[in-house]
Amino acid sequence: MFSNPLIYFVVIPVIMLLGLYLSRSMAHIRTVAVTGSLCLLGLSIWLLVDYLGLRAAGAEGAMLYRGDWTWFSALNIKLSVGVDGISIAMILLSSIILLTGSFASWKINPLPKEFFLWLILLSIGVFGFFISIDLFTMFMFYEVALIPMYLLIGIWGTGRKEYSAMKLTLMLMGGSAFLMLSLIGIYYNAGLDSWNILDIAQADSIPHSWQYFLFPMAFVGFGVLGAMFPFHTWSPDGHACAPTAVSMLHAGVLMKLGGYGCFRVAIYLMPFAANELAWIFLILTGISVVYGAFSACVQTDLKYINAYSSVSHCGLVLFAILMLNTTAMTGAIMQMLSHGLMTALFFALIGMIYGRTHTRDIREMGGLMKIMPFLAVCYVIAGMASLGLPGLSGFVAEMTIFVGSFQETALLNRVFTIIACCSIVITAVYILRVVGKLLLGPVQNEHHLELTDATWWERTSTVTLIICVAAIGCFPNFFESLIRTTFSADIFKVIGM
Amino acid sequence: MDYSQFLAMKQEIALLAIFLIVFLYDTFMPKKVLTGLSGITTILFAAFTLAGFGLMCGHTESAFAGMYVTSPVIATIKNILNVGVLIVLIQSASWNNSETQSTRRGEFYELLLVTLFGMYLMISARHFLLFVIGLECASLPLAAMVAFDKHKYESHEAAVKYMLTAVFSSAIFMMGLSYVYLLTGSLYFDTIASSVGCLDAQPLLIVALAFVIAGVGFKLSLVPFHLWTADVYQGAPTAVTSYLSVISKGSAAFAFMVILAHCFGSVYSAVWEWMLYGLIILTITVGNLFALRQNNMKRFLAFSSISQAGYIMLGIIGNNAMGMASLMFYILVYIFSNLAAFGVIQAIENKTGKLDMSDYRNLYKSNPHLAFVMMLAMFSLAGIPPFAGFFSKFFIFTGALSGTTSVALYVLVLIALINTIISLYYYLMVVKSMFLSTEDPIIETFRSSCADRIGMWICTAGVIALGLVSYFYNSILTLCQNSGLLNAIV
Repeated sequence: MFSNPLIYFVVIPVIMLLGLYLSRSMAHIRTVAVTGSLCLLGLSIWLLVDYLGLRAAGAEGAMLYRGDWTWFSALNIKLSVGVDGISIAMILLSSIILLTGSFASWKINPLPKEFFLWLILLSIGVFGFFISIDLFTMFMFYEVALIPMYLLIGIWGTGRKEYSAMKLTLMLMGGSAFLMLSLIGIYYNAGLDSWNILDIAQADSIPHSWQYFLFPMAFVGFGVLGAMFPFHTWSPDGHACAPTAVSMLHAGVLMKLGGYGCFRVAIYLMPFAANELAWIFLILTGISVVYGAFSACVQTDLKYINAYSSVSHCGLVLFAILMLNTTAMTGAIMQMLSHGLMTALFFALIGMIYGRTHTRDIREMGGLMKIMPFLAVCYVIAGMASLGLPGLSGFVAEMTIFVGSFQETALLNRVFTIIACCSIVITAVYILRVVGKLLLGPVQNEHHLELTDATWWERTSTVTLIICVAAIGCFPNFFESLIRTTFSADIFKVIGM
Repeated sequence: MDYSQFLAMKQEIALLAIFLIVFLYDTFMPKKVLTGLSGITTILFAAFTLAGFGLMCGHTESAFAGMYVTSPVIATIKNILNVGVLIVLIQSASWNNSETQSTRRGEFYELLLVTLFGMYLMISARHFLLFVIGLECASLPLAAMVAFDKHKYESHEAAVKYMLTAVFSSAIFMMGLSYVYLLTGSLYFDTIASSVGCLDAQPLLIVALAFVIAGVGFKLSLVPFHLWTADVYQGAPTAVTSYLSVISKGSAAFAFMVILAHCFGSVYSAVWEWMLYGLIILTITVGNLFALRQNNMKRFLAFSSISQAGYIMLGIIGNNAMGMASLMFYILVYIFSNLAAFGVIQAIENKTGKLDMSDYRNLYKSNPHLAFVMMLAMFSLAGIPPFAGFFSKFFIFTGALSGTTSVALYVLVLIALINTIISLYYYLMVVKSMFLSTEDPIIETFRSSCADRIGMWICTAGVIALGLVSYFYNSILTLCQNSGLLNAIV
């Protein structure tokens, strides 16, 4: 079992939990958190390189590094792992954000030990989810990732934290209730006595009548986490009240679980219903994209602006997945990566600014460019990535998505693609509004002039993220080929495209 | 008469032997060594529980012309109950060693063992006469146990309520039995099973089953037969409440499954599937909705246990081997999770007398370990992975849907799943009060007694390990699939 490299994505965090439990001081806690996340990052980079090497050497099969260990033999539930290009991209994203998140919560207070314990438990869920290909284990890790959010927001959050934490938990668990029924339904109706995603997809044996019932449940179940309209309302409140590292992980990684799940479970296992019912969800996600962007325009709280912008960008991910063609889906995965990194950057910066000014209201701040130039420049870069400046990640992702979407000639797809395209303009409006008001305008508060710029751990966190954002923007080919290897393997033979 | 038949009743006889030892010790030993009673009972019972595991690999035996049956599955459910009783004994030790209990320590153990004996009979009975004896034996002494705090008004009220409902439900149950006897001419489970098949859905059979279900429903506190539950749980001493909520409920659930699946298996879809369908929806929903507004922890857990009973019933409605195994597994997990919660409540009540959820505010600051155990219990009851409750919920849903294509059952499971969200809300309220509150804690830091801590350790280990270690569920399911009882069911 331990000869499989993927298992270490769960083992390392478990060891970290143990280390945290034994830590006695803040220094110990930081050491454990940073060392552990560095190990995870190193492992995921090694995995990326090795995976590309294997593919270049002609490795076949939809998933590599396969491992199967029987768990509940009676139901044929297994601990099955395996990764393809998409999962590797997501794993890489998660480990980067975990590392930068640890740096961003360098001075977390109170109860630092408990904070990191819950954060690492959350990351176990995230990594476990991305490496599993067994429906049961996948679902289990999915829920493991959800519940720590309650305590993380409830204890360390700001503002109306108890309300937001409860709302977020209940809505996400509500989604997972639908999901659980859908998974059990898939298991029984596929008639294979297997929970393995690849087997079920290969056989494609779920009766069409059942797909009409199970597909919407699975899609909505994951869609709640992907902030699909009208199930997105947890997202602004949750993000706004969460502590910095949690906002980063949540917007950066956890919301990607939704998109990834929609793709990997709902569409991949039930292609027929996906084709038939895509229009319903296309309309809903189209609304998310535009509605999120418009809502962001009128917010005055920095975190709310960014949370609504996340609704818009994550809506675009689901929107692209529903186009059901290779280009758009590649774009969707790129968008997940891009949005994960840039929104984490945003939340990290907002956390740092809030830590200094103690306000997130843009009406009470101004001229930060003079006061804290480093953070301000980073904020501008994040903003540019968000509105799609070429050379940064947002451009690559959105470009691919819209090119892919325009390939669909059906009227509905055309109309909604055009509507979704408008979001680019609206994004520019709210980003530039913030940049203008917050960074470049006159200084609003005399006391702000005494504030300091970023410390070394904050710089480490932001610079790492900026490098990643720029890397995707400058070398899109590399990431695209990573994702394409997956699509060329055999996923799309199954979906029939 | 062939006296060797008694050998089939090894577990019952051993239990009676323990009862006698406890009784004689309590009666004849000098007063100053009586404090050792709780230790002796616990040790004896622990040995008995361990020995019971040896019976799980035995084979099916019956005695007294088929009135009594034992098999590996039955031995397993008895062992599960034993483990629960053992935890209850450990947790109640410090309460029993207190000054107020000194004069009636023995009675607690004696009554508890007698009720357990009654539950054994309910589980093993294959003739309704024996079943009724077991039922009465399990109910009436419990009323005395509920009234144990004899200086407290609530305890009396609870005991009277429990007594009246127990008697009333027995009467209803026996009314149903008399109709069954009228229809089939027998009280043997096997004979009923074979003759009920050709009856179809006769009105009289429906009435008979309605009475039978209502009778056992009182015991299980299914809605609308649940009205006694909250008051009794609140009024009874906490040790008795925990016993009542897990052991009594677990044994009744299993016996209920045997009656429905074994005797009336052939009229499953015609008669009792839809009855149970309605009961489950009502039980889960009403239990949950009432639990939302409770402040007293015992009342809160009473309503939570009502809705949990609804989930347990999901194992029966599938009418298949997986459902049966999931029901047993659910009971096992429920015992550990609920007893973890009651263990904390009891420890706090013994030290401070506080019982309200609002008193638990910021408990994590003053008593981090207690708060942690309570949180695990709440998460497990709510069905959050990686704790055992998640697995038991998942398997009970899987069991309910096993081998069916009926959309109605899918809808039922969906309703149950949506209810888990409601239940998550109130379980999180407890967590919220313990962890999220920033005010100063009301309960001061204290050190729990050794027995309390052992009990909590066992429960914590169970809540974490029962799900993640697949051995437990796998072996229960294998047993169920091989059992003779199941052949009768399917």
